[in-house]
Amino acid sequence: MSYNKYKGWLYLLPAILFLAVFMIYPLIDVVVYSFEEGYNFASQSFMGVGTYNFSYVLHDPYFLQALKNTFIIVIITVPLSTGIALLISLGLNSIKPLKELFQTVYFLPYVTNTLAVGLVFMILFKKTAYSDGLINLVINLFGHESIDFIDGPYPAKMFVMCFYTIWVVMPFKILILTSALASVKKDYYNAAKVDGTRPFRIFYKITLPMISPMIFYLVITGFIGAFKAYSDEVAIFGTNLNAAGMNTIVGYVYDMLYGDSGGYPSYASAASLILFAIVFTITVINLTISKKNVQY
Amino acid sequence: MNVTLSHLTKKFPNRNKKIKDDVTAVNDFSMEIPDGMLVALLGPSGCGKSTMLNMISGLEKPTEGKIFFGEDDVTGLSPEKRGVGLVFQNYALYPHLTVRQNILFPLENLKGKDKLSKEVMEEKAIEAAKLVQIEEYMQRKPGELSGGQQQRVAIARALVKMPGILLLDEPLSNLDARLRLQTREELRRIQRETGITTVFVTHDQEEAMSISDMIVVMKDGLFMQKGKPQEVYDVPVNLFVAKFLGTPAINVFKAFVKDKKLMINDEAVLDVNTSDRDVYAAIRPEGFIVDENGPMTCKLKRIEIMGRDTSVLSENPAFEGTVIRSIVSSEDAPDPDKDTVHFSLKPGKVHLFDIESEERIDY
Repeated sequence: MSYNKYKGWLYLLPAILFLAVFMIYPLIDVVVYSFEEGYNFASQSFMGVGTYNFSYVLHDPYFLQALKNTFIIVIITVPLSTGIALLISLGLNSIKPLKELFQTVYFLPYVTNTLAVGLVFMILFKKTAYSDGLINLVINLFGHESIDFIDGPYPAKMFVMCFYTIWVVMPFKILILTSALASVKKDYYNAAKVDGTRPFRIFYKITLPMISPMIFYLVITGFIGAFKAYSDEVAIFGTNLNAAGMNTIVGYVYDMLYGDSGGYPSYASAASLILFAIVFTITVINLTISKKNVQY
Repeated sequence: MNVTLSHLTKKFPNRNKKIKDDVTAVNDFSMEIPDGMLVALLGPSGCGKSTMLNMISGLEKPTEGKIFFGEDDVTGLSPEKRGVGLVFQNYALYPHLTVRQNILFPLENLKGKDKLSKEVMEEKAIEAAKLVQIEEYMQRKPGELSGGQQQRVAIARALVKMPGILLLDEPLSNLDARLRLQTREELRRIQRETGITTVFVTHDQEEAMSISDMIVVMKDGLFMQKGKPQEVYDVPVNLFVAKFLGTPAINVFKAFVKDKKLMINDEAVLDVNTSDRDVYAAIRPEGFIVDENGPMTCKLKRIEIMGRDTSVLSENPAFEGTVIRSIVSSEDAPDPDKDTVHFSLKPGKVHLFDIESEERIDY
């Protein structure tokens, strides 16, 4: 019996070793770094232990800007992308001809490279010496002056950023929601039909509760994904995000490690732990709400 | 309410898109269901009985033909305007709603002049729950109930609006054997108490025979026979109906009629009043009498004792199958050590069918 007990662990050993080296050790190391004050990258030495790193990061205007940007992106893009994806999925689910074609078209952005998509957005939005960009041409048509979306005012930049993020995350959500909708048994709809249920009530009382586990899954992963945003910002505004005022928390961590002002693993660790605390709190809140609402 | 089905035909496009021909699920089906009856639509899998039910409920539109509820032509009406209650094979209870909410659901859909007050709705729901005896589970979710209880909830939901017609699709197929017996009695009781015209679909002939007022046998979308269960069992119109009804199954022999005698394996086993021809002779298991001097000789294989009755298994070259199963009372059982067994036959339990058309021949 005891022999069998150890056999299980033996089989798990490769995976455990791998996880220990590449996940658990770095995790502990991040916590250690974040409390080492005045860490010197070259000599690998530090002056003392304390919470100075956290206080530095929390007082750094660049970090506060990144925090603000991240929160705006999360709050705008997660509900909007999920809502629009739900509408599109409902549409896709109710049409018969060309359904497969549309499903493929909507999924294409998912397999497209982020940076390539970013380039397309640049062409659409960027104001250059030769052209104001396609979007500005449309704005001009309505008699407005051109807006500089890439190097211009903060709201314009944030608009492009959110637009881009929603566009990038949507295909996956549509994929999940269309399959969730398709998995609702037809008998439920037939039963509702025989009982003379109105379409809106069918949606609100049957469809929505049935797919609610998937919606909550998308909201939770959406929050986590949006908090970890970085590459999308680089794709549109370039690598110097601090200068553009469009940095995110992950971007700040990256800059602290490798950027022009980099070489501060302690600050980076402190910032990433703060991010972890935020994501953890929000996920716990999400799970608590979802447990109350998804109950079958 | 009585239901009239007139020349109903339903065709579906073939699932294999390469085949252009439509699949005919129901073919020129006409029938009348009298008011207040419990009717079983009986047939093997894929015979179109569920399609039939869906056409009565309005979920499927017939390709041809008309459906009347009483005097009204409802062929073009959508399901909710027909006032039917439908119980699905897998019950289709909403898993996120409680039993109470499930039963209330159809009532909450009513609008305009039909709209009910909260108290009346609650009253009706409790009434329906009491009818199917699930009132103590009102606050549970369907997932917390057994299959039989879920079935009752589904029936309560279908009955709560007091529909003119109750339709059930394979109502007992998802239940285990013991529960099935219980639930079918329950179904009978509920139908008696409400007096609602009820049609249920089944492939289980025993189920159909035991509780229904009338059974309708279908095969390949075609109407075969209808009547009281005993009538259909006693006077099957063709070989298919004879074979489909009864357990153990009827024993079919290749036989012929010569000089008013039914000949099985060149033995004159029964006097019949019909012209000379080749026939199928189908004999119910209870139609055999063990008799030393009986005209029919079979090779004795084995004897199975089932308490009150004994099942005699024997062989005969003219038999269409492997073993002839006859049921006799235990006192009459033959000596198991013998090689042969002799039978005489009960005339009412022997049915003759034309060898070509497989239609019944009265004799």
